[in-house]
Amino acid sequence: MLQVQDIHKTFGDFKAVNGANLSVGEGELVAVIGPNGAGKTTLFNLITGQLKPDQGKITFMNEDISQLPTHKICLKGLARSFQIANIFHRLSVFRNVQVSVLSQKGLSGKLFRPVQKVAVTETNNILESVGLIEKAQYIAGSLSHGDQRMLEIAIALGNEPKMLILDEPTAGMSPEETAATMALIQQLAETRGLTILFCEHDMDVVFNVSQSIMVMHHGSTIIQGKPEAVRVDSDVQEAYLGDDYA
Amino acid sequence: MSKGGINLKTFWPAIAIAVILFFLPPIIPRFYTYILAVIFVTSLLAMSLNLCVGHGGIFQFHHAVFYGVGAYTVALFLTKTSLPRGVGFIAGPIIAAIFGLLIGWFCIRLTKLYFGMLQISLGSLVWAIVFRWYGFTGGDDGIHGIPIPEFIDSTNSRYYFILIFFIISLFVLYLIFKSPFGTTLQAIRDNPERCEAIGINVKRHQLVAIVIATFFAGVAGVLFVVLEGSVFPDLLFWVLSLEVFIMCLLGGWFTFAGPVLGAAITVSLRTFVGVYTEYWTLILGVILILLIFFLPEGVMGFILDKINPEKKEIIEKDDE
Repeated sequence: MLQVQDIHKTFGDFKAVNGANLSVGEGELVAVIGPNGAGKTTLFNLITGQLKPDQGKITFMNEDISQLPTHKICLKGLARSFQIANIFHRLSVFRNVQVSVLSQKGLSGKLFRPVQKVAVTETNNILESVGLIEKAQYIAGSLSHGDQRMLEIAIALGNEPKMLILDEPTAGMSPEETAATMALIQQLAETRGLTILFCEHDMDVVFNVSQSIMVMHHGSTIIQGKPEAVRVDSDVQEAYLGDDYA
Repeated sequence: MSKGGINLKTFWPAIAIAVILFFLPPIIPRFYTYILAVIFVTSLLAMSLNLCVGHGGIFQFHHAVFYGVGAYTVALFLTKTSLPRGVGFIAGPIIAAIFGLLIGWFCIRLTKLYFGMLQISLGSLVWAIVFRWYGFTGGDDGIHGIPIPEFIDSTNSRYYFILIFFIISLFVLYLIFKSPFGTTLQAIRDNPERCEAIGINVKRHQLVAIVIATFFAGVAGVLFVVLEGSVFPDLLFWVLSLEVFIMCLLGGWFTFAGPVLGAAITVSLRTFVGVYTEYWTLILGVILILLIFFLPEGVMGFILDKINPEKKEIIEKDDE
């Protein structure tokens, strides 16, 4: 579904992504792991068009998307959530998700229709599926951290994506919240037929849920494979342990 | 537009105020009728700016240009052509919107303060042309004695003409504010990057907002000509833009009706304190400083906060 081939991105002298490869099949749950600064977030930004690659090719559903602007990539069915809760602070929870649904339906430009009558059912369905329906009318900025992260995912769902990219969906959560969030993500993937690409620091989570794991180090891909294969790979162990004990 | 789109509960204070305003002119002195009309015109200008600044997060620093363009357009149509006078009245807002589109087209490539700075430069360019081009615009003298149609040549009839167009404009702006377009615009204000990531063409959306805002600034300009019967380059000067910007902050730029309140306060200060001292802006300055410390959301924001401290939004459950 998504193919990243030998992609490069340089900021000044710093090679943030230096030859990354990634392959995500339809319906898969794929994790990207790597030490801090390995280039995971940059890779996600390159895929979703926030950054343009210097070199390399990104194809989504057999189409080259490496040079498309962000909003066009999104409308092709590739949505993402961000590492820092990236929501609309002054709008209500309901409107946060509604804005995204409106965009998906091509209704964002409608000038003279009352917004409280448009895309209400879809928005409520999404809020229900992430457990935020009770808080629909609260201003998003007043939510707890965990709820803001859920809202973040809900906004991404508003685009009816085929594939969802989650950048550290459980960052800053307690172990219980992490478990609950991951269970929810797995459930969403099943019920909505979503393909999910995510990055995560918690190794237990990664090895439990993902079907395929890609390991990055210094901007390059070391390996991509099944969890069992990645676990025993010597290069991976060196990337994680070698750096710390060097 | 369906009937359920408008919540009467939030509307009845507005309707009540409108009804009172309709019955005022025969009772109050003519001077106050005039001042009210000035407040309507200024409010509309501030409301149009707030669509950009408060709801769109676009730093439209030099908004008065479009007010002036609207006013000059109708003035030139009425004095230099023999076209039916209605044409000039319609052309004012449209030409203002075209200027808005042109200047916006260049500025929208930049963001935040850089947008504002380029906008000031291009706007000042328009001001300089109007200020210098004696043959066409009358230069710094402006244009006086504009032949206003007979049916609006008394203070009271002008008041009603301005009030009616003011109410219509406010109603249209309210519909836009509460539309999918307006909601998306507010989302862009809160987080433009996120909006791009959910498939919204942020620049195009903002440009449309600028065109709508400049159109209504043009309407305000036309109403100014109706009220005063003359135009002068100060209408396009950046000082006026700043004043209008302050009105938005003062009234509450995240609220819908805040700018009306801000304009009413500023115009009243200028009129009633200005009688005693020419340094009335000093008082405005002090109020602004107090505002920043004590009411960062503006006067209207403060009032709404008292009415609805939990900041909940009323949301309907059923689809159309």
